[in-house]
Formats: sequence, C-alpha cells, structure tokens
Amino acid sequence: MSDNLTTTRRRFLREGMWGGVLAATTAAGATLAARAKNDRLVWQIDPYKCIACGRCATHCIFTESAVKCVHSYAMCGYCDLCTGYFIPEPKDLTTAAENQLCPTGAIIRTFVEDPYFEYTIVEELCIGCGKCVKGCGAFGNGSLYLQVRHDRCVNCNECAIAAACPSQAFVRVPAEKPYLLKEFK
Amino acid sequence: MSRAFNRSWIVVMLWLGLFSVATAVQRFPPPQFSEPRELPEPTTPPPRSITMETVDVAVLAAALMLAAWLILKKRRRGWIVALMLFSLGYFGFWRQGCICPIGAIGNVTLAIFDASYALPLTVLAFFLLPLLFTLFFGRVFCGAVCPLGMVQDLVLIRPLRIPAWLESGLRLFAWLYLGLALLMAATASALVICRYDPFVAFFRLGANPQLWIISFSVLAVSLFVGRPYCRFLCPYGVILRQLGRLSKYRVTITPDECIHCRLCEDACPFGAIDKPTVEWPDSQRVKARHRARVLLVLLPVIILLGGWIGFKAAPALARSNAVVRLAERIRLEETGLVADRTDESTAFRTTNRTIENLYTEAEAKQQDFVIGSTLLGGAMGLLCGLTLMRTHICFRRDEYEAHRAGCVACGRCYLSCPREHLRRQRRTDLQPAEPSA
Repeated sequence: MSDNLTTTRRRFLREGMWGGVLAATTAAGATLAARAKNDRLVWQIDPYKCIACGRCATHCIFTESAVKCVHSYAMCGYCDLCTGYFIPEPKDLTTAAENQLCPTGAIIRTFVEDPYFEYTIVEELCIGCGKCVKGCGAFGNGSLYLQVRHDRCVNCNECAIAAACPSQAFVRVPAEKPYLLKEFK
Repeated sequence: MSRAFNRSWIVVMLWLGLFSVATAVQRFPPPQFSEPRELPEPTTPPPRSITMETVDVAVLAAALMLAAWLILKKRRRGWIVALMLFSLGYFGFWRQGCICPIGAIGNVTLAIFDASYALPLTVLAFFLLPLLFTLFFGRVFCGAVCPLGMVQDLVLIRPLRIPAWLESGLRLFAWLYLGLALLMAATASALVICRYDPFVAFFRLGANPQLWIISFSVLAVSLFVGRPYCRFLCPYGVILRQLGRLSKYRVTITPDECIHCRLCEDACPFGAIDKPTVEWPDSQRVKARHRARVLLVLLPVIILLGGWIGFKAAPALARSNAVVRLAERIRLEETGLVADRTDESTAFRTTNRTIENLYTEAEAKQQDFVIGSTLLGGAMGLLCGLTLMRTHICFRRDEYEAHRAGCVACGRCYLSCPREHLRRQRRTDLQPAEPSA
C-alpha cells in the first residue's frame, strides 16, 4: 500500500514538473521567437574600422583565408606610383617582383593611358594579408580593402578571425546584403 | 622617369609625414581618361541561401521523429546506426557542423542578454527542437541525430568501465563548461562552445592547430571511453539530461518484465544501466543518513566557498572580453608602464572614442563578470554538495533499467536482453504467414 502511494506521489511530481518544463520551454521559445529575425547573419569586415593588421591571413580556420582583398575602382586614383602595389621607395616602377608589396604577386598592373594604371586583384592568389590595403590606405585613396568572400566563408558561429580582430572590424550583417563595399564619396 | 611619377612622388612624400595610420581619405582625384571607360565592379559572390537553412530545420525535425520511432518503437540498433550515419553525413560533413544545437546555446544566451543581437529563427528552431523531443521521447537527439555524438559512438572499440563516483565527478565539468559558456555568451565575450568544438575540424577538413589538437584528443579518448564529450563536457547534454529525467516515453531495455538475468549489465558502454538496488544494512543506513545530514548542514558553506572562488576568479575571466583587455592595455600605455603600441591600442586611438568612455564600458563589463562568476561559483558549490549527498541516499530499484538522464538512446542494450529476443520472436510469429504457392 505504502509502496503504491510513493510511486503515485513520485509520478504525480514527475508529471507536474514535466508539464511545467514543457510550458516554460514553449513560453521561452515563443518569447525569443517574437524577438528573432527571419534573416540570417553572416560575417563581414567593416572597411572603415579595419586597420589591415594582417591577422585575416593567419587566423581563418582555413589555411587559405576566406578574406580577400577587393578593389573599389571608382575610388582608385589609377596612380603610376601605387602605394598599394609598390614597396616604399621602389627601385623602379616596374612589375618586377622586388618592387611589389604583395607577397604572392596577386595584383596585376596594367597600363591604361599616360599616366594611369589599373590594378586588378587575382583572387586565387590573394591571401588576405592586407599589406596592399595598408599601403593604399596610408598614402592613397583607400580603394583597396579587405572583405569576407562568401563563396569561401563557411560562416562559423564563432569566427576565428573576428575573435582575433584588434579593431572589432568584424561585424554580423544580414545575408541579403553580405558585403560592406566602399564607394566613391 | 615620367613626369607623372615625379608629381605623385612629391604628393606621397607630403602625405608620408602627415598620415601614419590607415585612414580612408580621397587623396587623389579620380582619373580623367581621354575616352570614357567602363570601370569594373568588385564581384560579390552570395552566401548560402536562407532556404537551405529552412531545409536544415526540416531535416532536423524529420531526423528527430525518425530517431524517436526507430529507438522507441522499432528498437533495432542497425537502423539506428543507419540514421546515425545519415546525420553524420548531413549535419556533419555536408553542413560542416554549423549550425548545431550545442553551439546555439551561445546564440540564444547572447540574444537574451544583448538586445542588439537578432537571433535567427533557424538557430532558435535548432536549439528548441531537440529539447522538446527530449521532453517527450528521451535523448533521441543524442542517440541518432547529433553528429558530434555519432563520431564518438562509431569509433568506440574497447569501452573502459568508469566507476560511478568518477563518472558523477567528471560530470561536474560539463556543468562548469555550460556555466562558463553562458557567462562568456551573456557578456558578449566569446562563443566558447563553438571555439572549442571537438569535431568541427574533421567536418570542415580545416582548422587552426588548437582545434586539430582538441579533435584528435577527443577522438583518441573516444576509442576507449564511451562518448567522453557527451558525458563529461557537452553543455547541451547537461540540459538534455535534466529534461530526460522528466521524459514522457523512455528507452527500456525490454518493454517486457525484467527477469534479472544480468545479461545487460555490460551492454552499456556509457554506464547508463542501473542495477536493482540491494537493501542497505541498518548500520550503513544510519551512517549514511548521518552523513547526508552533515552534508546538508555544510551545504551553505560549500555554496559560499564556491561563490568566493568564483568571485576571486572574476578578474581573470573578465580578461576573455576584448573591451576589458583593451582597457587594461590602454591604462598601461597611459601610465607609461609600456612604451610600445599593440594593434588593438593603435586601432582604438584612430577612433574618436575617449579613453574615459572605454574605461567606463570595461568597468561595467568587469562588474558583470563579478556577478556572473560569483553566481557560477555558488551554483557549482551547490552541485558539488548535491553530488556528494546523492551518494548517501539509497534509491530503490527492482529492475535493470536505462537511466533516464544518462541513457543516450544508442540502442546497444536491446539485443543483450533475452526477453527482447523472445518478444521479437513472438512478433515475427504473429505476422501473417506468406501464402504458400
């Protein structure tokens, strides 16, 4: 008899708690759902916060970083002496490797007309180190900048580069507008 | 050298002295081409579409339903393994481990404490679905859907028996991990669970050295200890354990009556089969009752001790927050204790923020950490006390049964039970015979 009673009591308690927890979970879920958004967020670099420290090249979980340099042509001065392309005080303004800033030679310099040159990033070669970004930002128009390339980024919940970014330039942006592109002002 | 070079060189030399940090300034006018020229635009490859995420939620729901049916109704380990392999392939290698309910703990916490973070609905669904299924059917998510569990389950070759005292002791680490993950997410410092994900390195075939080391260590331990991450670390497992205690339906070794044949005793590599209890002798019972009482009196002391440790650990934990670290660094630089600048401090100095503003924010964060860490310490004290007390309480059990919280619903024990063999035999016999030719 007493045994029966304990089982019943225990069962009653369990079922009561079950109902309580179910109600609580549903309520909490509904509250959060009311505040939740239907968009998906993806990682992107705010180019105006980025200081081109070089950690994008080394901290991505992939050996070849998902961050690459992009070029806003409308902002570019098409300079002959491009400080994003050439090392400081280059020997010659030629495409010779010793003059180039890019460690992988990922920038192509093409002559347009005197005195203008166009610079194109070869994405396959770019490692996202930001050396050219630093050079262009320091002495040029800042038309070269780093962006997360979404064909490569797997959108880690805890982005390893974001965790290492010194200027908190990594932000979550809506997936519908996944790039923070620089434009001519 | 051309004239253009000389001109631009002078300009560069001028700017050289003025600007040492990267700033976005339009210094040179756009080129005046002699012929109008179409300027190229940077390409913008799109991210994975949102419809795929909705598909993921649907697959998760379907997999959970199928898992519940296979585990509770069909009761065949072979089918469960097949679903495991599918889940491992889909959520693990195809979806590359993100988003998962375990990591979603961080996002949900972040959304609760930081109003500016909008929680995506899919993440919320991933977090809630397994919880609801556990309330109804037990830990079927752990059993056949979680890709992290699958890796460990499938590589287990020689399970070691872990004594119960060690098991309950190690389980406290999972609580601590959950607590730390909540603290870090609530203070918007880091999503710890994702940062130390055990198998994402395999799923993506790419990771930093730290992640690879974690992956291989957990994998190596999993060969000899059944599901070490699930049992002793998984923060989501902690939540599912508690919900599993209440679940409406549950894994039974056999739905028939237990005949105490002891054949299932070694069937569970996760120590989740409870043996029938023997009545304690009177002397032991009196002793145990006395100890339990002493522990009950000591409980507030243990909680306070835990709280004190948490309070003392707060400054160290706060350093995981970038703002706190930056403020510390700036303070050092301002007081002249260090001469050089870091990337962080350089970046801060290029912004318009005042140092006082940074200090205020850092102090608020540190305060949050003091509160959170003290609470966490106290809670850990309470858990330690309760774990100790539990060893002095005699629970009565008459049958061999799968532990409601500990059972991960892998289906290994079914075939160890002779009653289950008989039951299956009966079921096959009951099926209508094939019409003979």
